[in-house]
Parts: sequence; structure tokens; C-alpha cells
Amino acid sequence: MTTQSPPLKGLNRRQFLATSARYACAAGLVGSGLVAIARAQQLGPQALRPPAALAEAEFLSACVRCGLCVEACPYDTLQLARWFAPAPMGTPWFSARDIPCEMCDDIPCVKACPSGALDPSLHDISEAKMGVAVLIDEKACLNFKGLRCDVCYRVCPLLDQAISIEMSRNHHSDHHALFIPVVNSDKCTGCGKCEHACVLDVPAIKVLPPALAQGKAAAHDTYQDTGSVTLEMLNGGFKP
Amino acid sequence: MSHPSSRFAAAAIARLGFWKAHRFLLLRRASQLTVLTLFAMGPWAGIWLLQGNLSASLLLDTVPLADPLTTLQVLLTGHLPQFQLLLGAILIGLFYGLLGGRVFCSWVCPVNMVTDFAAWLRRRFNLPRTPELPGKFRYFMLALVLLLPMLTGFTVWEWLNPVPILYRALLFGNVTGISIIVAIFLADLLLAERLWCSHVCPTGALYGLLGKLSPVKIAAVKREACNNCMDCFSVCPERQLLKPALKGQQRLISDADCTLCGRCIDVCAAEVFQYKNRFNKEFQRFAHKAENEQ
Repeated sequence: MTTQSPPLKGLNRRQFLATSARYACAAGLVGSGLVAIARAQQLGPQALRPPAALAEAEFLSACVRCGLCVEACPYDTLQLARWFAPAPMGTPWFSARDIPCEMCDDIPCVKACPSGALDPSLHDISEAKMGVAVLIDEKACLNFKGLRCDVCYRVCPLLDQAISIEMSRNHHSDHHALFIPVVNSDKCTGCGKCEHACVLDVPAIKVLPPALAQGKAAAHDTYQDTGSVTLEMLNGGFKP
Repeated sequence: MSHPSSRFAAAAIARLGFWKAHRFLLLRRASQLTVLTLFAMGPWAGIWLLQGNLSASLLLDTVPLADPLTTLQVLLTGHLPQFQLLLGAILIGLFYGLLGGRVFCSWVCPVNMVTDFAAWLRRRFNLPRTPELPGKFRYFMLALVLLLPMLTGFTVWEWLNPVPILYRALLFGNVTGISIIVAIFLADLLLAERLWCSHVCPTGALYGLLGKLSPVKIAAVKREACNNCMDCFSVCPERQLLKPALKGQQRLISDADCTLCGRCIDVCAAEVFQYKNRFNKEFQRFAHKAENEQ
């Protein structure tokens, strides 16, 4: 072990400890810097992960940033994040407005993943959860103005399941109807076709990461099916 | 060349000819560019022989390969990757364990071309020698890179690891990552000689450890012919290993830090150095002798 570095032979314990402490301090400084850089780069609210991606924290443990999913994507939807992209350096993501996910039946990106960062147990692409579409600007949406745009509804790969059209009275004229696109967050895969197709300059419907788009009932809320419970309450009075 | 007499390794070129005085350099560049081309043919030309990048890849759609350092980091975050990644890391580990660990650095790694260029510029323009830095710092870096996933739960080093960053820049157009490579180039050129590859890089440190038991080594076989011209010292990325082999008890460079680049073989007019099998009887005798004398 010591044959290769003669100067070390004369090293005494004090020198050894001092040198080790110095290196360890340097390594510690470098380490804090690295963690700071890594922590500063987080997934942006408009950056979507490929189908079947693990939750973000686990995804960052697992992903080796090899780009096999990107190369497997037949539509060039996926890309590896550059610096200053809204995703941590080198990880796969896509922007729905630019190129949405085409939801391939054979899910080649998930099959290509060697690390399990994309969960291989996903076999039905309609069960993917890349994000949730949210009609975020009702004021700008043409359907809310009483027009029959419906483009987001028509391009949805899960037509009438993930986005449906619900009719209501148009109080503006009081004798026309509004046809409102409504997203079912249970069904929406977050493929981004709606955001991509929205005819506005800036889309009124946007796909957001599930963690940002979805609420969660409080732990003490014991109602399993709040919809039917509230209906009973309305019809039969409150029975706690 | 306008000043053939001042040309580096002029003696070797005069005695052995241009090819023999550059053969391992040229073979290494060919090897590095071949690996790069195999990866690049997919995204550039649609010919998919080697998919992915140096972090993890798939050869001919069947053989998984993976970087042992990246895979270790993933394991240390607590995530159990799919078998494909583990198998890939084992295959690569065995390959370099057998061929000599830091063969990766000198024959495959793209960053080596950048840092070799910086070293060449230093030599070409006679930049002053910089103080010797402790080469063992890289093992602290390796420990750090393996410790951080345990503390934070994510593969921190992969944000800055220049090896896949350079590949991602070339294969996936992630050009902003080039800034890291430029920083390494400038540090090697202006701050300290061989700063990155020989002092900091944890990838090289791990491959070095993997190659500790490899039979492939370089030895100063004909060291009696050495005329102290110092050409090997000028060119060697780990020059601290040369003196023991040339003047010490053991001719074999058995230290894991040797990248087996073979440049010392190239530039030596006296043909002192050769690639050798360390299990060759001749070296075992030397090794025993060295141990007995200690």
C-alpha cells in the first residue's frame, strides 16, 4: 500500500490527522455547494415527467439521466433538462404546450427505463398520471364566452372521460347556453393534448403536476363519498 | 513544425518514427471517438447500436451497461433499481476490473480529451509548473459523492458530473452543460496542472479502485536504458507514479491511479515502458523482493 508514495512513509499521526481533516473540510465545503446547487433546481410547475414517473423525490433518487426514455419516445416529446430548464439537470421532462405526450399503447419510454424511475408496473397508458389539466383562466376561455370552441374537449384522447362538456345557462344573454369543458381529475393522464391545442395565444387550460393541481381531504374527513353524503344531507337533514 | 529541435518528444519521434511515438495517443483518441460515435449514431443518424449515454445504455438492444458510480449513488439513496441497471453496472465493473480500471479515463471518457488538450497547451506554451496538489483528494470526493445520496436521498453528484454532461451536450443538445466542461478546461489550463482528472474526479477514483486487481499494468521494463530526458514526466497525468517505477524497487506501476494511457511508452526514445501482465512471474519476483526489503 505504501510503496507508491515514499514521502508518506515519514508521515506521523499528527500530520496524517491534519491532512485528513483538511481534505474532509474541503470535501464538506464541496458537498454543501453541491447540495445547494441540486436543491436550487426543482421541477417547474409547467414541466411534466414522463408517464409512470415516481413521485418527484423518489424520481430524483432513481433516475440516472441516461436518456434512454428520450431516445425511445417516437414523437420527440421527451427531452433531457438543460441547465436553467424547469427541471433538474439531465432529467427527462416535457412541455405540454410544445409537444404533448401521444400516449403510445406500448409505452416505449417506460419500457426503456433501466432504473425503475419510470415504474414498469404501468401497462395501461390511460392510467398514467403525468399531470392534471386545469382550466385555469375562465375569463380567457372561449367556451366561457359562450362560443363553441371545444378544441380541448375534442383533442382529448380520453374524450368524455377526462374532459366532458357540461351545459349551463348563459346569464350574459339569458337565453343562450354555455358549454363548459370540465376536467375529471381522476381520469386525466396529463398528456397535455388540450394545452397544446388551446387556440389562445396563452392557453386557458394548462396541465399542472398532480401535486400542484389536486387537493386532498383532511385526515379526519371520514366521508368516503362526499358527493352522495352531501346529497343525503340536503334531502334528509344532517345526521352526523 | 518550424522548430523541430524544440518539439516535444523529438528524440522518440526521431528514433521511433511519428506513428510509434504517437501510437497509443492516436489509438486512444480513436477509441474515445468510436465510443462517442456509437452513441451519437442513434440521435444523429438513426442507427441505434448503442442507446443512452455513459450513465446507462443498451448495446444492440440487448446488453445493458451502466456506470458503477451512478448505480452506487442510486443504491445509496435507498432506491432499488431494476435488475437491468444492476446488471449493467456489474458488467462494466467486470470489464474495467479486468482491463485496468482507469482505462475508462484514458480510452473512453470524453473529458479526458478536454483535459489532455489543456495539458498539451500548458506544455506547448511552457506555462510554469504549478504546485503539486494531493492526488488523494479524489478519494475524499468519491466518499463525498457516495455519502450525499445517503444524507439527502438523491443523486446529488449527477447535477454536476461532467462525464455524462459532455455526452448529454453532444447527444441530446444540452449545450448549456458545456459551461462545466469549459470551467474544467480553464481550471486545468490556468489553476493547476491536471486538476480535474488527477485530483478531483470521483469517477476516475472509483474506476481506479475497480482496476486495483487488474492484470494489465505498465512497467518500466528497460529502465536501465533511461537517460533522464523527463519526457515521460512532462506527459504523464499521474507523474508521481513514474519515479518509483524508474528508480524504486518495483518496475511495475501497480498503483490504481495509473490511467494506462500508454503515453510514456510513446514518448520514450529508449523504449523503457511496456504494457505488462502483472501476474507475469518476472514481476511477482520483483514484488516479493520489494516486500521483503521493507
